[in-house]
Amino acid sequence: MSVGVRELPALGPTRQLKVPKQAERTLGNGLTVIAVRRPAVPLVELRLWMPFGRAHLARGATLAQTILSGTATLTATQIAAELQKVGGGLSAGIDPDRLMLSGAGLVTGLDRMLEILADVLTGATYPADWVQTERERLVDRIQVAQSQPAHLARTALLKRIYGRHPYAVQTPEPDQVRAVRPAALRRLHAERVHPAGAVLVLVGDVQPDRAVDAAERALAGWTGPGQEAELPPAPPLETGPLLLVDRPGSVQSSLRVALPAVPRTHPDHAALQLANLLFGGYFSSRWTENIREDKGYTYGPHSGIEHSVAGSVLVAAAEVATEVTGPALLETMYELGRLASLPPKPDELEQARQYALGTLQLGMSTQAGLASLTSAYAGNGLRLDFLAEHAARLAKATVDDVAAAAARYLAPARAVTVLLGDAERVEGQLAALTPVQRVAAGS
Amino acid sequence: MAARRSRIPATKYPVERFTLDNGLRVVLTPDRSAPVIGVAVVYDVGIRSEPEGRTGFAHLFEHLMFQGSENLEKLAHFRHVQGAGGTFNGSTHLDYTDYFETLPSNALERALFLEADRMRGPRLTEENLRNQVDVVKEEIRVNVLNRPYGGFPWLKLPPVMFDTFPNAHDGYGSFDDLESATVADAADFFRRYYACGNAVLAVSGDVDVAEATGLIERHFGDVPARPAPARPDFTEPDLAAERRTAYTDPLAPLPAVASAWRVPDPVSDFAGYLPYVVLAEVLTDGDASRLVERLVQRDRTVTGLGGYLGFMGDPFDVRDPTALLLQAHLPPGGDVDKVLRTFDEELDRLATDGLTDGELARTQARMATHLLRDTDAVLGRALRMAVLEQQRDDPGLLNELPRLVGGVTDEQIRAAAATLRPERRASVEVVAGGAR
Repeated sequence: MSVGVRELPALGPTRQLKVPKQAERTLGNGLTVIAVRRPAVPLVELRLWMPFGRAHLARGATLAQTILSGTATLTATQIAAELQKVGGGLSAGIDPDRLMLSGAGLVTGLDRMLEILADVLTGATYPADWVQTERERLVDRIQVAQSQPAHLARTALLKRIYGRHPYAVQTPEPDQVRAVRPAALRRLHAERVHPAGAVLVLVGDVQPDRAVDAAERALAGWTGPGQEAELPPAPPLETGPLLLVDRPGSVQSSLRVALPAVPRTHPDHAALQLANLLFGGYFSSRWTENIREDKGYTYGPHSGIEHSVAGSVLVAAAEVATEVTGPALLETMYELGRLASLPPKPDELEQARQYALGTLQLGMSTQAGLASLTSAYAGNGLRLDFLAEHAARLAKATVDDVAAAAARYLAPARAVTVLLGDAERVEGQLAALTPVQRVAAGS
Repeated sequence: MAARRSRIPATKYPVERFTLDNGLRVVLTPDRSAPVIGVAVVYDVGIRSEPEGRTGFAHLFEHLMFQGSENLEKLAHFRHVQGAGGTFNGSTHLDYTDYFETLPSNALERALFLEADRMRGPRLTEENLRNQVDVVKEEIRVNVLNRPYGGFPWLKLPPVMFDTFPNAHDGYGSFDDLESATVADAADFFRRYYACGNAVLAVSGDVDVAEATGLIERHFGDVPARPAPARPDFTEPDLAAERRTAYTDPLAPLPAVASAWRVPDPVSDFAGYLPYVVLAEVLTDGDASRLVERLVQRDRTVTGLGGYLGFMGDPFDVRDPTALLLQAHLPPGGDVDKVLRTFDEELDRLATDGLTDGELARTQARMATHLLRDTDAVLGRALRMAVLEQQRDDPGLLNELPRLVGGVTDEQIRAAAATLRPERRASVEVVAGGAR
């Protein structure tokens, strides 16, 4: 070791968060278009967010898998090839809130990408042979997902916290998918793939006004009556015994703890976000420093707030070694309890605050990050200006605010816990700490 | 009629290179479009360099580099990066190990301080070693042992294709080897490979070149000079006959197969290598690609397909020997032999008949988008340029890649396809032990 101690350099002055140049227009058909300029590379990112709450689960999943399967003028292969020509690509994804079409391409191909997008939105044909192939692929994918512990733990957690709410089941069963016919997909498309309430986001090397014009030219002909499908609010968490889902032979246990949370616009949100960071939301959190860096029980514990249209929830997740499952739960509840009971230290809060503010800047520094952020915000009725508002709230949250949020939202007494693992080996460890209800996987 | 061709654009990220007196090579690539920076330090040591009996050691050592250093307690590195609003990580590859941060640009000097401090020497203690052996074992359980298709094919195919320990062994490591690692091993590994003459520092993003240069000299200038070790010869002869194995994955619900063929040396024969990078995309990129059209849509013998260069999907950051890989997931009861036969048929057809009109141009346009998109992330530029400097003395190659990819010809693709013969192929099959 060298003589003397070197001093950690101080940080330079903070650069103000700057929202990039943008344009927004709501078209006559109800579609909102937002274009944001980030010219760093000659590309454009595209996100089309369409409200899709309460759609039939298996039909929705199959529609997302087959919406790019052909139009009156293009086969699926031609759609892919035409997009490739301009360096583009599109893919579709679905969750209980929305159907999303997303992609990126060379900015010189923006008009062509929008033209193909419009063709798909107004004229997807769901050809029978293609639907059959894609249905089987979806079934295979679901089977693979069902063999993954993270998926099984998530499935059990959703069912436990959402009960009869549409969020409770988010993956269809293989048999339900096999039963989906092309006619049902065409019907669902006609009913739900419409512009009212949808938001198209374009981010990249564009002039925002001109990009909005291009979107209007391409998509003005996309019409259709909007069908309202309001989701009921997500139910509050109902505490109860730890739900132990048996996965015989598992060499790790998947621990999931759900806690209450609030939407981004709620006055408590900034303080809750900071409290979550202190607990388990970043590497320098108490939970990670404890169960990973001190005890070596796990590789990557993490907690985060998940925002959906019908409600928000905080989920803490860790894969822990089977033989230390009980001790890992003990430390988890200890860290939650400590944060809910005692105020954090000021320097600990400062560190989390800097992280929250800094990662806002990082998230905006790529076209893809900016596009996803703009789209996620827009899907929840917010715009990028909210970033500055949120940064201001993060900057002024006090130790007392954060302590109050932790007491209100992170109290272990409010936690709903699900654990997937080898029940024979872990039930005793868990039962020493808390009441346990054991079920078989998939039940 | 020839298909209309999209013009392939290029980036113009500036590149400044210099070497400190102690041998540390530095690359700066300023871009002030966002107030963020990427900092990467790349050491020229990876999985291939770990000693026999110490599988997984390069990766374990990467973890130890985060456990404190000369002026930093355990946990301090994480706290200082995140407390500056940044994120960090490290990763271990076949030929190198990287350490990196993305930060708001006001944290440049702090990041340089943190990297210089551990370049002078990590705190290697018995307690930290035991703790990180436990953490790495959990990492292996998450990524390999407790999930279906764990380590497929990146850990499963090299032992089929290669005969020598450096190329064939399990880079994550056996639990036995990990548990037998000692502090003395770690100190020796650091002394041998973590010399500043064996490292490259790259800084990208919102920096002023003169200011950054001064800060780099201040923080790294007094890291003691140590020369790079000689790199061993890892070459192996090409396969003379087909190799094929199978293993049962008790968690996998469906069968799968991966095949690999050796390709030209990515560094010394870049021009010969590049057509293979494009070929992999012609074969497998999207619904309009050859193998997807044939295997997924027409024959329905495959439900998921991928094709790429390098066992870790690393076309431009690996040295010889490396491979082109094709990987397929099959439907229940799927016939692996038939899939392999179809690979051969399609490769033959491509070598014999060539490409269809516009097929190559559209694939190249799509590749340009992928390459440009990767460089938009500030850290992506620092990491890529650091490795390009280390392996090729040419960080500016990053700017050229889209156009170089765009310059590959039909004839080169056909010639590349013609070399992917069954007798040069190594394959590994996953038998679905978890089929229901």
